[in-house]
Amino acid sequence: MSQNTQPASASRRRPVPLWAQIIVWVGLLALLALIGVSVARSQHKIIGVGSSVPDFNLTLFDRYGYGDRTAVKLSDLHGKVVLVNFWASWCVPCESEAAFLESAWRSYQRSGKVVFLGVDYVDTPAEALSYLAKFGISYPNGPDLQTRISQIFNRSLGVPETYVIDQKGVLRSVQIGPFQSADQIQAVLDPLLAGK
Amino acid sequence: MKRSFLVLILLLVLGAAWAGSASAQQPTPSDDQVNAIARQLFCPVCQNTPLDVCPTEACHQWRELIRQMLAEGKSEAYIKQYFVDNYGARVLSEPPQVGFNWLIYIVPPVAFLAGVFLLYRAYRTWPRMQKESAPESGSAPAAKDEYVDRLEEELRKRR
Amino acid sequence: MLADFGFGVLVLTFLVALFGIAAGIYGYSKKEGRWVESARRAMLLTFPLVTLGVLSLVFLLVSGHYEIKYVYEVTSSTMPLYLKVTALWGGQAGSLLFWSWLMSAFASAVMLRQWDRDREFLPWVAVVTGATLAFFLSLSLFFENPFARWWQTASGEVGAMFQSAGATPLVPPDGAGLNPLLRHPGMIIHPPMLYLGFVSFVIPFSFAIAALVTGRTDDRWIRITRRWALWAWLFLSCGLVLGMWWAYDVLGWGGYWGWDPVEIAALMPWLVGLPFLHTVMIQEKRGMFKRLNMVLIILTYVMVIFGTFLTRSGVLSSVHAFAESAIGPMFFIFIGFTLIASISLLIHRWEGLKSEVPLESTSLLSREALFLLAAVLFGVIFIVCFSGVVFPLASEAVVNQQITVGPPWYKHIVGPFFAGLLLLMGVTPLSSWTYGTLKMIGRSAWKPAVPALVVPVVLLVTGMRDVVALVGFTLAPFAVCVTLYEFGRGAAARARSQGENLVVALWRLVGRNRRRYGGYIIHIAMVMMALAILGIELFQTTTQRSLATGESIQLNGYTIRYDSLAQFTYTDGRMVTRAVMSVFKDGKFLGELYPRYDLFPDGQPMTIPAIRSTLADDLYIVLVNWENISVLQTPFKVFHNPLVSWLWLGSLVFIFGTLVAAWPDKDPVAVPATMKAGYGTSPAN
Repeated sequence: MSQNTQPASASRRRPVPLWAQIIVWVGLLALLALIGVSVARSQHKIIGVGSSVPDFNLTLFDRYGYGDRTAVKLSDLHGKVVLVNFWASWCVPCESEAAFLESAWRSYQRSGKVVFLGVDYVDTPAEALSYLAKFGISYPNGPDLQTRISQIFNRSLGVPETYVIDQKGVLRSVQIGPFQSADQIQAVLDPLLAGK
Repeated sequence: MKRSFLVLILLLVLGAAWAGSASAQQPTPSDDQVNAIARQLFCPVCQNTPLDVCPTEACHQWRELIRQMLAEGKSEAYIKQYFVDNYGARVLSEPPQVGFNWLIYIVPPVAFLAGVFLLYRAYRTWPRMQKESAPESGSAPAAKDEYVDRLEEELRKRR
Repeated sequence: MLADFGFGVLVLTFLVALFGIAAGIYGYSKKEGRWVESARRAMLLTFPLVTLGVLSLVFLLVSGHYEIKYVYEVTSSTMPLYLKVTALWGGQAGSLLFWSWLMSAFASAVMLRQWDRDREFLPWVAVVTGATLAFFLSLSLFFENPFARWWQTASGEVGAMFQSAGATPLVPPDGAGLNPLLRHPGMIIHPPMLYLGFVSFVIPFSFAIAALVTGRTDDRWIRITRRWALWAWLFLSCGLVLGMWWAYDVLGWGGYWGWDPVEIAALMPWLVGLPFLHTVMIQEKRGMFKRLNMVLIILTYVMVIFGTFLTRSGVLSSVHAFAESAIGPMFFIFIGFTLIASISLLIHRWEGLKSEVPLESTSLLSREALFLLAAVLFGVIFIVCFSGVVFPLASEAVVNQQITVGPPWYKHIVGPFFAGLLLLMGVTPLSSWTYGTLKMIGRSAWKPAVPALVVPVVLLVTGMRDVVALVGFTLAPFAVCVTLYEFGRGAAARARSQGENLVVALWRLVGRNRRRYGGYIIHIAMVMMALAILGIELFQTTTQRSLATGESIQLNGYTIRYDSLAQFTYTDGRMVTRAVMSVFKDGKFLGELYPRYDLFPDGQPMTIPAIRSTLADDLYIVLVNWENISVLQTPFKVFHNPLVSWLWLGSLVFIFGTLVAAWPDKDPVAVPATMKAGYGTSPAN
């Protein structure tokens, strides 16, 4: 049945040498681990509500500083509710929510308990500043250098997206797409300010 | 008095004109000059699209940014570094040769050496032809080889 | 109703495939011929069943049942009938079903062959094809169901198979329509061709596994699957070329290959399947390279699955990739299982895979050695491509850094290896089995080398100084001359010995050695494509300018004058902006070209370049839609691509060459049927 003929010389019988087996299995397991991790990461691209947000540093545009500071860290804002809004000058839907964000900011600004941070996602400085001027934005704004900040929140970020973080640094709300009204923003912020 | 006053005005006007022309922009960089740099970069937002062919509004702004930087006399290296600082290393078409990225630059030579090693190991297991029994070299074996090949082929088919 | 029927049929097929796997394993372990036959029949049944499912989906697509989520996503009422049919593979869910359909076709076809001599292989071929089919069906059943419906629920619109509590059926009035980029003939045939290529390679793999399990590792499994592998390679190559043609014709960036990870994912099975096609000849002839062949075919299959995974799971970011989906983890499990099982099996049988007959002395310049060298070169290119695709994933996973491995990295590295392969295409036909010396090859080589050297000399004389081009344009003509020389030499030898005239001799020569001479024709095709690639990669020039009507662009001796611009609406609702350009060369009017920019009703834009092709070069004009268009300032981008047409001509030649190589041989004597085959009683030999 079998076509194998017994060879005259048995000198060629060599099992796979141990070093080769080790290399093959280690390589294989490393590859599978890599694929597994990549698959897991691709399944969870957005940060989960209820998780603690890692610290990040946002350098701010001139005239859009935080008080007199030119850069602000998330950890500096511990104890306040932080609303992080990702936008871009080339993003058309962002324009529809710009006015709502600014008016909501004005109403919360004096209390000092809420901070709005605008994060400009892969944009050009000139267009970004003219966008901010056009909508009269007054809250702190800065570019997302090297897209490091957006990668914390959503590895396939689109604009606009808004993330609200409570006083303890825990993510409490995710808004994909523009807000429809200033009331909608208030509906997210008020419960957090009331301590819920 | 009046004359020297006029000369002064004239000199001021000429001086202003000269200063004005000096601060005027250099000729606007052409599309080709912009593309020469843009094609080495990838669009930061789209996926795997080079910056010179990306059709989005955002890419249009980035190309205009490159044009503006070229007009200001910035070098290609400066512009590329600017893009990296602002948008991350993935806008470059090759990973920067730092840290972890050295791994990908080592892979080709290592693969090549592994190939050479495999060839060496394979050849080692093949018995070597003795010099005396080497057949006559020439074109005769080639033609005979052809014929032998065809014969062998026919025989195999009838197996 | 029909959707339920289609889904039900798929469930049934899934169960049948699982049964086939179980019956095959049981029949093998208990040596029960009846169970093995049962497995065979089960696999035979899968094709008619999946066909019913596919026909259901096609009917739903054609008749505009937009309440089915997939139908909504890929069709719309304005689409013509043929596009609605081809929308079957236009989206993720449908194309997965299409994949399963092709897999079942091949599984059934292989079950139809005469198994009398190879009864031991049967259970394992059934198991492997069954497992692959079951896996892809499971993706369709549990994750990407093409028959899922739209339901209106409290949380919004949801696509699902079955009605959940509080959900009402939703029937959209019209569909979203197929992405306009996909409505090109190249894009219509490209996926089926690729999938055919992928699926066909499963057959040689299943026989290889059968050989490893049963221990029957002689060249029998190779002889059986020789033609399957050849056709698989043909389909895969056609799929790749169609993709290149589509990219060139439609995408408007003047190129044909972007080294995008998804493109490379389709290239990787080709990179390991091609050396496999060559080294199996060595195993047939001399019983060598058994282990190498096993490694290559296992790699080919794994790369088929891995490539499909990369394209569809959302792990990679790519212009080509399907939307992200939940099938990633399933693929991960299947790939892991396949790799661990195949490698374990291979290591287990490693000793037994020694060469059959004592190795005769084999010199380093023998045909065997050169084939091995070619396999190693392909292997290095493969490792380079694989690591380039995987490294961005590693960078993100390990150091959380997003980087791009792009065309410059690939081109600089694989170039020299492809040059090496080009050289081998020239040298190997001159080599002979077992024995070879430099002197021997040199003696045969000088005759074809002389006409080949004319090319670089002419280039040098006309001022070309680019080293890469000179090397490429030396190796390519050399390979062609050697191949033609082989035809001539063989025909002459035959004419002399058989007393035939040269033409008849050539005809009969090719007819008697279809595999070899078909292969040589494919080599010539590869050289033609290599010439095209050298031309466009090394000598492409481009320029971009905004023109007012009447102005011209100059590029490489061509003058392109902008005559007029028109805007109108086409029958399917798209707004077309079309420019009329006149092309002149050295003052002579060559013709008009019409670059276009289409804007579809759903907002999708499409830039369609105007191309003037000759054998020598292509003139390629794009109406740049991403800058502002007005009659006064219309931006144009012009490419001059030398030798590109040879890429498409070469593909026609390799199709012809594969047909020659794969053409069935006429048996000179009909082989009579031997005794009735039960399991375990196969006739001698």
